[in-house]
Amino acid sequence: MRKALEVNGLSKLYRIGEPSYAAVNTSNKLLLALARPIANYRKYKSLYTFTPEELSGDQTSPDILWALRDVSFDMEPGEVMGLVGANGAGKSTLLKILSRVTPPTKGRVVTRGRLSCLLEVGTGFHGELTGRENIYMNGTVLGMRKHEIDKSFDEIVEFAGIGKFVDTPVKRYSSGMNVRLAFAVMAHLEPEILIVDEVLAVGDAEFQRKCLNRMGSAGKSGKTVLFVSHNMAAVTRLCERGLLIESGRVTLDSSAAEVVHNYVTAGGNESADRQWRDIETAPGDDNVRLRAVRVINESMAPLKVVPANDICGLQLVYDVLEEGQVLSPYITLVSETGLDLFSTVDSNPQADTVARTPGRYVSTVWVPAKLLAEGTYYVRAVMRSIKSQYRPFTERDVIAFTVVDQGGSEFGNSWWEGRPGGVIRPQLNWATEYIEPDMAMDI
Amino acid sequence: MAKNNFMFENRSEEIETVIEPVAKWGLIDLVELARYRDLIYFMIIRGVKVAYAQSVGGIAWAVIQPAVQVIVFSVIFGGLLNLDTGDSPYVLLTTIAVVPWNYMSTAMASASSGLVMSEGMLGKIYFPRVIFLLTPVLGGLITFFVSLILIVAVLLYYRVMPTLQMLYLPMYLLLMIMVPFAISLWLSSLALRFRDVKIVMTYFMRMLIYTVPVIYASETVTPSLRPYFILNPFVGVIEGFRSSLLGQPIYWDSTMTSVIITSVLLLTGAVYFKRMERIVVDVI
Repeated sequence: MRKALEVNGLSKLYRIGEPSYAAVNTSNKLLLALARPIANYRKYKSLYTFTPEELSGDQTSPDILWALRDVSFDMEPGEVMGLVGANGAGKSTLLKILSRVTPPTKGRVVTRGRLSCLLEVGTGFHGELTGRENIYMNGTVLGMRKHEIDKSFDEIVEFAGIGKFVDTPVKRYSSGMNVRLAFAVMAHLEPEILIVDEVLAVGDAEFQRKCLNRMGSAGKSGKTVLFVSHNMAAVTRLCERGLLIESGRVTLDSSAAEVVHNYVTAGGNESADRQWRDIETAPGDDNVRLRAVRVINESMAPLKVVPANDICGLQLVYDVLEEGQVLSPYITLVSETGLDLFSTVDSNPQADTVARTPGRYVSTVWVPAKLLAEGTYYVRAVMRSIKSQYRPFTERDVIAFTVVDQGGSEFGNSWWEGRPGGVIRPQLNWATEYIEPDMAMDI
Repeated sequence: MAKNNFMFENRSEEIETVIEPVAKWGLIDLVELARYRDLIYFMIIRGVKVAYAQSVGGIAWAVIQPAVQVIVFSVIFGGLLNLDTGDSPYVLLTTIAVVPWNYMSTAMASASSGLVMSEGMLGKIYFPRVIFLLTPVLGGLITFFVSLILIVAVLLYYRVMPTLQMLYLPMYLLLMIMVPFAISLWLSSLALRFRDVKIVMTYFMRMLIYTVPVIYASETVTPSLRPYFILNPFVGVIEGFRSSLLGQPIYWDSTMTSVIITSVLLLTGAVYFKRMERIVVDVI
């Protein structure tokens, strides 16, 4: 079978810096000012022209950057692949080349079938146009034909939930309606190859869920999907295959689970173990300073990826510097969507009454196993003193960690659509009993 | 309709796109452009709707605007300065010139800044970039055809009978569309790379009207300077409109010069635009 997508030796070279012309003395300055237009012209020209030495890649000059370097991979029709990499690894450049926004410097891509690249919500939208006009506008910008939009027009309107506002200029829409409409158009594209950047899944949780559902069903209906995400849980769930990009090169082309594992353990993502070596710059004041925040497992080892079935500890290390401080630390766990899941405070009654002896303290709170659902969590670390309304520090998003479900959950590893809702997933006790038909009279 | 869908789906299976580094030489891909004809249609509609959105006059401005220009020109140049316009009244001569001139200058200005204005879109989504130029060039025709009312009204007022010369008008219409399009093929990508173009364009456009026989008759141009005068491709169009509508002899010298210069600009511009259209994204 012919491949849906073939990428061969793709490279992209950017010029980032600009040569500087330092002025030495006044006459030199004047000369430079006069020659400025020529220098400017050279500068602009150099943005897209490269010397053969630069192109050969042997020369490493500080003002050029290989955003992609010799990237090759194939995708079979119907394959769903996750593209994983840290910020700046080259994911966006790859997507821009595949969507033909920017040309490659070297290499070749062949795509078979219609390709839609969803990098941005609402391209081509104009405030003065009505919802109806914008649907057609945005749809054709994304490569649809008019008769295709005609066919799914009612569905789009319904999906967006804009009903009677369809003939109102979108400048009078709420921003939520705007985003919903834009996404509804995208969701009704029928390409053979779909490239989705997860950053487009902005908006409320409901909207994100719709977005990811659509992704899941696209994969199931035999479309070739390339999915770019920082959400490791989504990648493992949606994709069978993964591609890890680091500094413009493909470093791993394997199963999604393996790629995600490699990526998170390589520490490319947000830190799950943060330390302040210099006490002067550490959060806090002259009374108390935060020195470290980390996630640990049962055997006290720091980790980034927490299996959903294990307990994990959130640990604060802080130095009390002055006598007489009554301190109680607390931690708030925040979901990916910015929702405060819960706050937990030192349950020891002494914490709120007894002044601390100066020195180092380590406070650990244990999060029970099977409480958190899959996803990334952020920790807010706060130090406070109830009596005097005193808060030496409040550190938002100080660390992040990812909870993964490595199977064995009662929900199994189904597609996203089968995913249970909710930000937490506690394991609770259920009781189900069969009632004899003659006993089922009273409810 | 059903048949149409079937054909399309069949065809989309076969779409094979090759993405490669920018080639040095190539022309704009017309087959691909045809696939995007619905987008062109909606872009034109959008352009017109947006231009007249929330205005009381709406499309009536297409007539009011040139009418005001004609009045001002007639008072200043026809009245105060008493410019010689031969047999034809000044108002008649100017009206016939102002309408195509307005189309060409507006189309050229907006097509040339088409890429700059859509900078945001350029970096996010792909479709043939030439659509950004086609939209104002084709969209402007709607305004143009509406403002033809003014020409018809003035022709009726002065009882100008249509002659066989009118048959030349379609040729000049085509030339009128091609001149701003050809120029903007060059200027649009230049404008994106060098913002100087935009700065120069604004006052250049204002001065350009004096190089074209809009507010004066071609006969007033010093005959020895005419070879240089007609090098401006806009001159052929304006003179063509006048001769074909008023039944005067065609100025073949300016027509042919305009056709040749426009063709050269169109061909070279198509190659240049093709090369630049993909590069520009990295330069903005």
